[in-house]
This record gives sequence, C-alpha cells and structure tokens, in this order.
Amino acid sequence: MGRVLMKGTEAIAEAAIQAGCKYFFGYPITPQNEIPEYMSAHLPEVGGVYVQAESEVASINMVLGGGATGYRVMTSSSSPGISLMSEGISYIAGCEIPAVIVNVMRAGPGLGGILPGQADYLQATKGGGNGDYNLIVLAPSTLQECVDLTQLAFDLAQKYRNPVMVAADGFMGQMMEAVEIKPSPTKDQPADPSWALGFMGERGGKRSHLHSLFLTPEPLEEHNRKLQKKFGEMKKAEQRCESYLMDDAELLIAAYGTTARISRSAVNNLRAEGHKVGMIRPITLWPYPYETFKTIPSAVKHILVSEMNAGQMVDDVKVATGCRYPVSFYGRTGGFAPSVGEIENECRRILGL
Amino acid sequence: MNEVKVYERPKSWMPNVSSHYCPGCGHGIAHRLVCEAIDELGIQNDTIGIAPVGCAAMIYDYMDTDYCEAPHGRAPAVATGLKTVRPDKIIYTYQGDGDLASIGMAEIVHAANRGQNITVIFINNAIYGMTGGQMAPTTLVGQRASTCPLGRDVKVNGYPIRVSEMLATLPAPGYITRVTVAQPKYIIKAKQAVKQAFQNQIDGKGFSLVEILSSCPTNWGMRPVEAFDWLINTMIPYYPLGTFKDFD
Repeated sequence: MGRVLMKGTEAIAEAAIQAGCKYFFGYPITPQNEIPEYMSAHLPEVGGVYVQAESEVASINMVLGGGATGYRVMTSSSSPGISLMSEGISYIAGCEIPAVIVNVMRAGPGLGGILPGQADYLQATKGGGNGDYNLIVLAPSTLQECVDLTQLAFDLAQKYRNPVMVAADGFMGQMMEAVEIKPSPTKDQPADPSWALGFMGERGGKRSHLHSLFLTPEPLEEHNRKLQKKFGEMKKAEQRCESYLMDDAELLIAAYGTTARISRSAVNNLRAEGHKVGMIRPITLWPYPYETFKTIPSAVKHILVSEMNAGQMVDDVKVATGCRYPVSFYGRTGGFAPSVGEIENECRRILGL
Repeated sequence: MNEVKVYERPKSWMPNVSSHYCPGCGHGIAHRLVCEAIDELGIQNDTIGIAPVGCAAMIYDYMDTDYCEAPHGRAPAVATGLKTVRPDKIIYTYQGDGDLASIGMAEIVHAANRGQNITVIFINNAIYGMTGGQMAPTTLVGQRASTCPLGRDVKVNGYPIRVSEMLATLPAPGYITRVTVAQPKYIIKAKQAVKQAFQNQIDGKGFSLVEILSSCPTNWGMRPVEAFDWLINTMIPYYPLGTFKDFD
C-alpha cells in the first residue's frame, strides 16, 4: 500500500487493523463515527470482530475484558464519551491490562459541540478516573502521525500493560491527507501467557488473576509502588517531542496536535519576515517531554502556549521550564482553532512589533 | 456392593481457604455449586470468571480459575470482551442484585439481548450486603433496609424488579431460570441449573442466567434459620421458582 488520500478517522482505523487489532468495541459519537463504521466493515475481513456496545461505559469494559486476554483490542470515542469511560480506564490501569483508546476530541464542557477541541488535555494527562494512575497520551499533528502513533500505541500498551490514549483533536479526525499505512512489525505478536487470561492450561494449571481490589492497606500500597515504578519507567523511556527552529529562537510557541500545525505556519511566516520564532511540540502529552524542555536555549525570551482550549497546558510548560521564562497563552474555544494570522499577531504583540 | 461416597471440597475451590461469608449466607453454597459444575464438566483450566462488586468481590480468593475484576455492574460487558476474543473459553459472571439489577441493568439487558454465549450466576438476596444493608432494586415491598428504615414504600421506591421474568421477554437469551439455596431439596435443583447454564455455553447455545434466591441474615437482622424461613415464606411468593426460558 503506497500513499493514499484518507480521512483521519479511517486512517486511524486502518492503522489499528495493520497493527494487528482484531477486536473493536465502540459506541457512536461525533466526530469519530467513521472509526467504528470502518471497523464494522473491515474487521470481519481479517477474522476480527466489531461489537457495538450499549454505551461508552460498556465499550470500555468490553475493552477491559478483551484486553485481559492479552490480544490487541481498542475503542474510540469523543470527549463526553471518554468521560463515561473514565471509570473503566482507571480499572484497566489498576488491573494492568493493555488497551488502546482513541479520543477524537471535541469542544466542551458538557455536551459542548461537535466541532474540534483540545479541552480534554487535563482529563487525559492528569486523571479522568480515580486513583494514582497515568495513561500514555499521544497527540498526532498530521494524519501520518495519526497512523504511526496509533500503531505505536499498541506496542506501548502491551509493553507496559497499561492503557494508551491517542488524543487526536477533531481536525485530525475529520481532515483528509495522504498517508502510508504499513503492517506493523509487531502485528502478529501473540498474547503473553505469563499473565493473560485464558492460558491456565498452558501455565500448567496456574491461574492468572487481574484485579485492582486490595482490601488491606499493605498490599494496596505495594500495588501502587509497583504501578509508580512502571510510570517512572515510562517517564524515562517514552517522552516524545519535536523542536522546530528552536536553536536560535527568541520566542517559542508551545503547541500540540492541530494547533501545532497552525503554529508551524505562523513560525514559517514570521521567520520569512526575519523574526526568530520557533516551536516546541509535545508528542507525548504524558509523559510530558521534560527532557526536550530542558534544552530550550537561554536566549529564549518568551514562551507562547497555543491550544484549542482555555490554557490547559500552560502549567505543564511552566513546570517543565522551571518558570525561567515568561509564559503566556493564546487559544480559542467553542470549536474554533486559532488562525495562522491570530497566532502571528499574538507573536508580534509579544515581540513588540 | 457398597458404594463409598466421600464429601470433599471441590477441586476448583482454592486449596486451604475458608470464606469470609457470614454464618447463614447463601454465597458459600452458590460458590460451591459453581465449583462442582466446573469440576464435573472438566473446565477448570478453560474457565474465566468475572468478579463483581459486592460481597462476592473476592470470589477469586475461593475459586481456582482465571479471574478478572469488573467495575460495579459491568461484568456482562467485561464478559462480552473476553468471550469476543476467546470464544473457546468458558466465561461466566457472578453478580449480586445491586450489581446486576441496579447499577448494571444496562449491561445485563444488552448482553442478554445480544444472546452473548456466556453464563451469568445472579445472586438475589433482596439487599446490598457488603455496604451494610441498603435497599436494593430487589428489596421486597415493606422490607426494611438501612436506606428504607420504615420499609420499602412503592410510592417512593417503586416495586422490586423481577429480573428473570423481565429478561425472559427478550427473544435472544436462551436459558433463564430461578432457583434457591434455602433448603437441600432446592439446592439439588439449583445445582442442576448451574451445571446446565455452563453446559449451554460449552454447547455454544447462547446466553444463560441462573437467578439464585439467597439469604443475608446479617443485613436482614435474622438468625440463619429464620433467614432461610423468611426466604421461603416471603421471597419465593414474589420471586417464584422456575424456568422462564430454555432455548425454546
């Protein structure tokens, strides 16, 4: 398969199939409906199964059960649906079950609207469900990245036995772009019988038992220590970030997803005018790419955060830079994205032009 | 020739473990019936249980099979996920009335409506046990509970839900039966029902649910003997025993 023009949602679905995902549990919600539609049409072609759940509450728990077999399973939804899944996501993390969850984010809060948004940043990176757990959160900025990060998500989920979220905003889901989707090298990775359910015979009669319930404090604290050790390993090994024209920059834009795409155009335009503007683009929203933020040159005078929300990433930028730089925010809500011109104007204002 | 019968713990009961259940609680009997069915069908290595939230949350401490936890009420969805990926395995849920008939009503109705080839063991003791005796969707009219201290009032709380009758109105589920563990004569029938519900799954027939009327002397405020009498004299008239569907 060479490069083909595809819609983001369908590219994500095909990428998952090419990553060996044979089981999808979904529930309709705009703007991600093409993912379950694509899966219902194409999973049977590869011997897979699409199940339409009665709710997002059910679909995430089907993912919990399906993931407990050790095979590659997935669900997708959009913001209000992800809120409903938050209970299940916490259990999946607590039970150490691999799972891939795609969130094609829309504008909130509440029912909000069906237009794109990035206002689930805090929900995805800081919690959502109860208890001390983390998701690996991947934020694609192109449709090729939607493909690559979706396939990566399955590898990371199995590697760490943890849920991984692809946080694609509504633009990523609904736009079209040329992509190349190759079978993942790990496509046929078998389930790990050392822990996965359904292999008691293969383990010589030794059962496996996946649970997050520990009614006495010592084992629960021990369980938490084990989880935190794993999250620490993720923080060390899985930070991903792009720095763009950062080396000589005096003004740095911090953005991810679609807002990073728009910011890239603003940076190019301002560079053409001779202004030293660059961009730092977190690809993993969790673990946050602290290591790349540490490399920000001291010549930088200001960091502008731009998002399709009310400024949810600002605190992370301040923490990641140790508050060494002034940090300001320009963003839009309601389903709007900041335009290239708006970001350029904000940069000019900061630069005193 | 004299036949020697030895009454042993089931093989699939976790070795050297005693349960935490209160004296007179029906869970222990129901657990044993599940274990006996698993043993007699020879499916211990191929069975995956799904633990509920409630008094039976630690069922995996007593049953030596693969086990997965489910959030409150979500066991039928977890079972659907497991069975979808591993149709070759025997998947069952064990759920109480608060779990299955209140918070998990959507999941059980839709798993049944899909005709999902799973086995559901549904313990109805007309009360929330683990949280301390609150009103359940199955609490009888006039029955006292810690959140209806004057007794269940239909004007406020509506009527207790007959889950088996309700699910039997759906075309897809195949086997739906109500039994009890209140007396040995009933336990013999309950055992047949539990075994049948697993056999149905092995045969690929579809959704099977066994509702087991059970006792909760602690939260009913009764001695064990009184509790079983109350179950027989008060619960059974509202929740009649019998098979509502059998793959007809």
